[in-house]
Amino acid sequence: MQRRFLSIWFFCLSTDWFSNRDPHLRTIPFILSTPSNGRLVITALNPVASSLGLEKGMSLADARALIPSLEVLDNIPHLEGKLLNRFAHWAIRFTPVVSIDPPDGLILDITGCTHLWGGEKSYVNEITSKIQTLGYHVKTAIADTIGASWALAHYARPSQIIENDLYSENMMSLPPESMRLEPSITERLHKLGLKEIRDLLNLTRSSLKRRFGDTLIKRLNQGFGIEAEIIPFIVPVEPYEERLSSMEPIQTRKGIEIALQKLLETICHRLTMEQKGLRKCMFRCYREDGKTSEIAISTNSPSHHAEHLFKLFENDISTIRPGTGIEVFSVSAVVVEDLPSGQEKIWESAGGGLHDQRVSELYDRLMASRDVVAISRFLPAEHHLPEKSYKAAGSLSEQTTHAWKSNPARPLYVLSPPELIEVTAPIPDYPPMFFNYQGKRHKIIKADGPERVEQEWWIQRGRHRDYYAVEDEEGKRYWLFRSGHYDEQKTYKWFIHGLFS
Amino acid sequence: MTGPKADIIAQLQKDILPLQGYKPLQNMQADPLGLEEINASFPQKTFPLAAIHEFVCEGKEDLAAAEGFISGILSSLNRNGGASMWIGISQHVFPPALKSFGLDPERILFVQMKREKDVLWAMEEALQCNGINAVIAELKDLSFNTSRKFQLAVEKSGVTGFIIRDHPRNLNTTASISRWKITPLSSSSMDNLPGVGFPRWQVDLNKIRNGKPGSWHVEWAYGKFNLVGIAEKQLYIPQRKTG
Repeated sequence: MQRRFLSIWFFCLSTDWFSNRDPHLRTIPFILSTPSNGRLVITALNPVASSLGLEKGMSLADARALIPSLEVLDNIPHLEGKLLNRFAHWAIRFTPVVSIDPPDGLILDITGCTHLWGGEKSYVNEITSKIQTLGYHVKTAIADTIGASWALAHYARPSQIIENDLYSENMMSLPPESMRLEPSITERLHKLGLKEIRDLLNLTRSSLKRRFGDTLIKRLNQGFGIEAEIIPFIVPVEPYEERLSSMEPIQTRKGIEIALQKLLETICHRLTMEQKGLRKCMFRCYREDGKTSEIAISTNSPSHHAEHLFKLFENDISTIRPGTGIEVFSVSAVVVEDLPSGQEKIWESAGGGLHDQRVSELYDRLMASRDVVAISRFLPAEHHLPEKSYKAAGSLSEQTTHAWKSNPARPLYVLSPPELIEVTAPIPDYPPMFFNYQGKRHKIIKADGPERVEQEWWIQRGRHRDYYAVEDEEGKRYWLFRSGHYDEQKTYKWFIHGLFS
Repeated sequence: MTGPKADIIAQLQKDILPLQGYKPLQNMQADPLGLEEINASFPQKTFPLAAIHEFVCEGKEDLAAAEGFISGILSSLNRNGGASMWIGISQHVFPPALKSFGLDPERILFVQMKREKDVLWAMEEALQCNGINAVIAELKDLSFNTSRKFQLAVEKSGVTGFIIRDHPRNLNTTASISRWKITPLSSSSMDNLPGVGFPRWQVDLNKIRNGKPGSWHVEWAYGKFNLVGIAEKQLYIPQRKTG
């Protein structure tokens, strides 16, 4: 497929920004200056100033001598980079492949995009008129290669669209600077009288290479499409991405929902065909005023179930601020995993267990809620201390590596942390006779114990615990422990740690 | 009652059940309690699955007892690899202890929510998901409308719901199929050996739709329920309409 590139040149990028903030600057000559080698040098100038004969790189003193009424402002460092970055993100609505061309241009890969706007002409008109309403001057060109579009945008006038086969002729009359060369090379070319690209092509490649180095040959090849040029994209193209542009800016929740549903259906259809499922998904809304808002979801297992994914997004739709309206929606699957399609069941059996798709969907739905504190699944851990004898599982599918211990008995209801109780106990290592818990006195009738649980000294220090399972006269069963050994000074304490069923 | 008349009444009772939204699951032959004496109280003589059971508790001791009783019921529901969900505001269940009630702790998802109304929401979501067997929720209060929503959800999905209500503010009418109260009883030790015996409870079935309330002494031993006696003195609770 024939590739097409659009080069946009903001030839007054930073001065336009100043003019937009202070409209009276539009009509008077003004420049931006930066100190360089002990003097002030012009780094940018508005169209009025350049029409009066000023140039970039001229010293400020010379410019003042030419035009005494010249308005001089300090340059803001990195302003152009920031502006370009913003324009590049804004331009995503026209094509997914946008690249920044420093210091003051953008390059768009528009292959296969223009027909959506009814042809290249109306496509370019749409972009330039939108940029112009924002108050910026641009020159544009569309050609088959990046080099050609860049050269034509910068050195041909006026802005033009070059048909497929004609771009090489159009480039012939351009100066060698249009080949994106270093100033030292172009200077030498001019000295030798090579003032147009046509002249360069008349010379043999080998002599050009010998005199001017590899870059010139490379740039020529790139310009005429002999060598492919790779540009870095501002937003890496997601392999699983769907876009939807709206006829009119959308502001309502219903509209956003419809767009999201449509996009999810298309992306899920593609995922189903490729036997994939997504784990993370982003929904982006590109607003008319250049801002974007996005919401993201993640799932616990790969899924290509559009209805389910929509439910996960549903909670956060209200956080999207449509502003003056949303022009383009996009849904991208950021993390995609294999999801072999299972055999269809004739009837849905009840209770498929944790591997059931419905359970993991329920898990995702609950996790998407903002009111959930935790969803945990527990596996046994190799520790003797009761509070460490289990751990949270990392996923729904994680398996136990060793068995649960069910002996000696453990209570179903635990108090964390254990609560201090008062106890009347006879002699060492006997269970207590009475204990007070929450203002109630319990007389112990039956008891099991002691069961000694030592601290794990390689992890933490502390006293060992002697556990007793006891039953009071009402038949209520408790789990008590004494911390440490019996001693005369009574430095040990009794705790209640749980209640048996 | 003469023969034909009894038949007609039995038939009518059978017809009432589907009208009230209860239909026993066809493909599940589970008998979670395994106690004929208690099963006799239930409609159609089986423990009602795909329904909401309510447990009323007063204090932590009752809570622990009810959790133990429910775990015993769940163990037979989850026997074929099913999963359950346990929802509450706090997480106080000690997972390793579930094993002693024959329940695999790793097949239970513990969900902790911020507030009680979030528990209700999570419960409803979970009851609609027929990938799980049972949902246990710990709540204080349950309005009639919410219980009605739960009932409609389980009728569709076939999930069994257990609601443990600790210190309910008032025992209002709900659409739940039953209301239980489990209180711990003194255990009896074998052969007069010292120590604490198997968990034993007084199981009061205070309300059961289309069934007969009752009260029993039940023990959990060797992985199943055992009836150790029928409570002599039955708590009289006036029957109000449920559902």
